[in-house]
Amino acid sequence: MRGRLPDEPRFVLYDLVMSRRSTTLEDLYLQMARMRAFEEAAAELWADGLISGELHLGIGEEGIVAGILDHLADGDAMALDHRGTPPLVGRGANLESLFLELLGHPDGLGGGNGGHMHLFDRTLLAASSGIVGASAPTACGFAFSHQQLRPGRVAVAFLGESAVNQGMVMEALNLAAVWKLPVVFVVKDNGWAISTRSSRMTGGDLVRRAASFGLTARKVDGSDVMEVWEEARRMTARARAGKGPSYLHATCHRPRGHFEDDPLLRRVEEPRALADDFRQVMKAARRAQQPIRSRVAGLAAIGRTIATVTVTRRRTKDPLSHAARRLDDPKALDRKAAEEVKGAVVAALARVGTRR
Amino acid sequence: MSTLRFSQAVDLAVRHAMDEDDGVVVFGEDVPMIRRELLARFGPARVRPTPISESAFLGAAVGASLGGLRPIVEVQLVDFLTVGLSALVNEAAKVDTFSGGRWQAPMVVRATCGGGYGDGGQHEQALWGMLGGIPGLTVVVPSNPADAAGLMLSAIAHDGPVVFLEHKLLSDMWLEWMGGSRRKSVDFDLPASGIEGAVDDPPVPVPIGRATVLREGRDIALISLGVGVHRCLQAAQLLANDGVDAAVMDLRTVAPLDRTAITEMAESTGRVLAVDEDYTAGGLSGEIAVAACAGRPSVRFGRVTTESTIPYARDREEAGLPNVGRILDAVKPLLE
Ligand SMILES: Cc1ncc(C[n+]2csc(CCOP(=O)(O)OP(=O)(O)O)c2C)c(N)n1
Ligand SMILES: [Mg+2]
Repeated sequence: MRGRLPDEPRFVLYDLVMSRRSTTLEDLYLQMARMRAFEEAAAELWADGLISGELHLGIGEEGIVAGILDHLADGDAMALDHRGTPPLVGRGANLESLFLELLGHPDGLGGGNGGHMHLFDRTLLAASSGIVGASAPTACGFAFSHQQLRPGRVAVAFLGESAVNQGMVMEALNLAAVWKLPVVFVVKDNGWAISTRSSRMTGGDLVRRAASFGLTARKVDGSDVMEVWEEARRMTARARAGKGPSYLHATCHRPRGHFEDDPLLRRVEEPRALADDFRQVMKAARRAQQPIRSRVAGLAAIGRTIATVTVTRRRTKDPLSHAARRLDDPKALDRKAAEEVKGAVVAALARVGTRR
Repeated sequence: MSTLRFSQAVDLAVRHAMDEDDGVVVFGEDVPMIRRELLARFGPARVRPTPISESAFLGAAVGASLGGLRPIVEVQLVDFLTVGLSALVNEAAKVDTFSGGRWQAPMVVRATCGGGYGDGGQHEQALWGMLGGIPGLTVVVPSNPADAAGLMLSAIAHDGPVVFLEHKLLSDMWLEWMGGSRRKSVDFDLPASGIEGAVDDPPVPVPIGRATVLREGRDIALISLGVGVHRCLQAAQLLANDGVDAAVMDLRTVAPLDRTAITEMAESTGRVLAVDEDYTAGGLSGEIAVAACAGRPSVRFGRVTTESTIPYARDREEAGLPNVGRILDAVKPLLE
């Protein structure tokens, strides 16, 4: 079945609603809790072998995603990266069909053809790519289509901080500036690109980089959903008013590593894995015929990465606990989210069961 | 001689080449962690990480090769190589011709390829046909550890750009990364004979552009590469039970294609089935057909290929990739 694009008259109503509504921390927390519950369920399905391939979760990024999404409505577009489920959950995608997609079922969001890195929801104008950086040019195109067909709508690109070193992303920043596109580039900075510390592979400062292209660029603490919400409000409003693109750089953390069963994380969590590795690497260094200086430098580089993982792992910045501290009864919201997600998982698994 | 796993065998070849020639360097995303044994041996100057900037670091590999190095540039999945494709198609592949044969770009692009573990259609492509169609590019796709090590040695020694593809079902390290293969709850159709095998130390170079016959047969020739070779060997075994004598040829190199070997094989069997994990159109299987009919136009030809974007759903994915069932089905009409 083909999704329907939202039609024009609803936008007027939307603008009215947007200008008068008020969002509470409860609302944002509930959204974050829904994303978290969804992804924790997905992690279990993956461990059970029901989801195949790599699974990259957005656990730790919910503060950024919820803070942005609260400013979006019908007709706005999203270009997503390899951590696409939280934005879809937050924008109101059907949870059961999202689960069915991850389970590879014909009734999934994309008929089970795309999988978790390649999620497309036409009614939400949401398109994903597992190609790092691809969301930035796609969002520019969404924004161009808004200029022509849906004035007042905004496009959001979600991407990681290391994606900003991708040529197509820097080209997209420039394109957005010269076409004055209604787009917000949202960079979720978890400090890592798989096993590489992003700062070691990034020249200069990314906020200044974006600003130098002529974008409004700001950095926020992504574990504080309200801080994200405030900045996102200004940026989306700017875009809607035709004042051009913005760049929002939000810090976050990566508690589960790059993907499920991350081998790098395993090395700091399982002493045996680390010891095996250490032995192997030392053996290689000892037997080499190369100058001692380069071998020591090589070993030091490996040691530094392991040490950095160990240290950054302890530095948690969980957006849910951050918000929970300021709420009366976050547990009730957790339960509400868990119930909704559980219902969707059970329904999805029942459909999968009948198929097999 | 020792028993090595697929990627270990490739690393062994890289190590020997790096020992012999200081100009051999390795770079790419996450290379320091993925190739940490090389890093421990050769240090961070020769084994380095890159930003996620395929067009820059593939382009830099071309320049580095022109400047006298022999770079091995790693792209995790061949699908990602398309982001920096201009460096290969418009730069590396053209140097020899544009310089009147006076300058070459000796570089190796090492990447994984292939499907069968449920990662979806943007992460499981083969793409070797498209790459192999560009004059000036050499493309190799080994099917076992010994060939992988031998072809890597030849690729590094080759005076021009070589794309070296490792199938993820053959490489346990990559399958662990991309397929979460440590889970007891998942099951992949892994070809045992390709994952692990005896490899000489130092490895014996395998010539680029030379196919090999893994099984002789008179009735039909199954011609393949990579994981497809193992599917063909399995199919040939089953065909033998039915009294059909099938030969199996491992091309090993996509470009330059060993056309002579294909033509000879087609002449002796009269029937050829190409088993190619890449897309159907505009690629390798059509070239196999041309070579197969070059000697005897009456040769009967069929092909088993990937006909559409690879579906994520595991059952549909398995059904769409070349598998033993599809090979047996395709052999039948050729025997009639
Ligand atoms: C073009 C391309 N190159 C490489 C990859 C492999 N890859 C997947 S995710 C990733 C790291 C991305 O880092 P970042 O942009 O910071 O996002 P994060 O994963 O940290 O959320 C890499 C290198 C890819 N998917 N696409
Ligand atoms: Mg990151």
